Amino acid sequence: MKQGKQSWFFQRGVYINETATVTGPKEYEGPLASTFDYAYSKLHCDGDTWEQAEQNLLRKATTICLDKAGLREDALDLMISGDLLNQNVTSNYVARDISTSFLGVFGACSTSMETLAMASALINSQDSHYVLAAASSHYATAERQFRYPTEYGGQKPDTATSTVTGSGVALLSSQPSHIQVEAATIGQVIDYGTNDPLDMGSAMAPAAANTIVQHFQDFNRQPSDYDLILTGDLSSVGTPIVKKLTYQSGYDIEGIHNDSGLMVYHHDQQIFAGGSGCAASAIVTYGHVIQQLKQGTLRQVLIVATGALLNPIMMQQKETIPCIAHAVVLKRGDA
Amino acid sequence: MMDFVWAFLVGGTICLIGQLLLDIFKLTPAHVMSLFVVSGAVLDGFSLYDRLIEFAGAGATVPITSFGHSLLHGAMAQADEHGFLGIAIGIFQLTSAGIASAILFGFIVAIIFKPKG
Amino acid sequence: MITKENYKDAIKPYQPKPKYVRNAIKAFVIGGLICVIGQGLTVLYMHWFDFTAKEAGNPTITTLILIAAILTGFGVYDKLGQFAGAGSAVPVTGFANSITSAALEHRSEGIVLGVATNMFKLAGSVIVFGTVAAYIVGIIRYTVQTVLGS
Repeated sequence: MKQGKQSWFFQRGVYINETATVTGPKEYEGPLASTFDYAYSKLHCDGDTWEQAEQNLLRKATTICLDKAGLREDALDLMISGDLLNQNVTSNYVARDISTSFLGVFGACSTSMETLAMASALINSQDSHYVLAAASSHYATAERQFRYPTEYGGQKPDTATSTVTGSGVALLSSQPSHIQVEAATIGQVIDYGTNDPLDMGSAMAPAAANTIVQHFQDFNRQPSDYDLILTGDLSSVGTPIVKKLTYQSGYDIEGIHNDSGLMVYHHDQQIFAGGSGCAASAIVTYGHVIQQLKQGTLRQVLIVATGALLNPIMMQQKETIPCIAHAVVLKRGDA
Repeated sequence: MMDFVWAFLVGGTICLIGQLLLDIFKLTPAHVMSLFVVSGAVLDGFSLYDRLIEFAGAGATVPITSFGHSLLHGAMAQADEHGFLGIAIGIFQLTSAGIASAILFGFIVAIIFKPKG
Repeated sequence: MITKENYKDAIKPYQPKPKYVRNAIKAFVIGGLICVIGQGLTVLYMHWFDFTAKEAGNPTITTLILIAAILTGFGVYDKLGQFAGAGSAVPVTGFANSITSAALEHRSEGIVLGVATNMFKLAGSVIVFGTVAAYIVGIIRYTVQTVLGS
């Protein structure tokens, strides 16, 4: 049901029945290790190529999620998945082994909440019963596509981020569970004219702020209605900017904001300004946040996945970086 | 012994200039390297680079600027013999060992190793 | 007040500045040391094979390229690069790293379409600009020589 200008309210009741998170070795050394279902011990994740490595992450997460839910693959109505690679190859190649309808979506690092919002809308509208929402990213596939070969000795500035290796998957249906997807706010593409691909936090902060403010206006809510507002990968650069921007619009999120990219790693793990990629928000949301909601430590949260819609060719043509952010409200269900 | 000190100081200074171009002028590494080879060729055009090599030794031959210098040197040596045509004949003459070995070793490493990430 | 119009300037306080001095010192020291290794190799080649300083140049460069290629294969050179910046990029070892890393990265696309095709993805600009510049300077210099000589 449409709510306000850019939001959807899922009045029929949409629930996350199960989630799964799979990561690489570096993420498993981080503070959230205990919230992941599986971690590969090598960055190659049992694949011969980096692309296969990322596919293995997504495939594993999908399998674990369905296993945990005790749901057979053919009972699924739809899989919605996306990643950072050209033509969404990771999702496409994993989906060819899954016998269900498939929608591939691209929203850069906002894909995690884009797939979740779309899945929720399709369940709310009763067009689907069981939908799998998924996203993945891998450090090396992202490096080689967006930046330099992994072994190239270029120096990165402190504003750079490090792509999270991992995949997060959620199974949604209208069957009540502890986690309800209450609403979503779909972002606009926002471009404030930054052009440094090694500073995506600065580029994405206005998009995140825009979506957060729009969400509060659409639902006539206040930051205090939430226990946590979790952005995707704004890093230590974009985090203070988004707080400042939302404050300017009359919403103070200082005390309740956190950023997934800042939660995945310890400070001494050489990740520059923080973690990034679709997997940053996916593994933190589907691991840590879901766990906290189940335990009741958190009751209502706003997840704002942020994406820099970056393309190396457009950067070389002196274009700026368009960005987007999608927000989803998760709350503790009554079941 | 002074050879080593000069090599260190001159080589270090060229790298330092490169770092400043990266940090202050926000050039990409590709831009800095291109600029450096062009500078090497231009400096050699005025016969200045040879003087730098005379007292800095490897401090001047190891940085990528020397690549531009060697290209021009090879070209000029052949130009003296064959006129304008010599420029094309000689341009890769002195740099051939460097390019050939970089290609060969790069190829072999790519066959043997796997990227670590 | 941060607005779309003043965004790039208004967010400057939040963006960590490059550590200019520290980066410069690191580049100077590592770059200098690589040149000192080069000088050492030159002296060794002169000593062992009775090369002149000029003759020792090629084996020196080749040895440095070999070392850089191997360090790239073992996944060490990218870490050195993060530390030293231009200090490890400007010496000829950086040139070797840019060739080797591109070749290595594209091994997964095969030897012809991957390794060979992509090898000069990063180093190509150096060869192109070096050649074009040397060509132009060469023509000018030769013309000047001929005119002055006659």
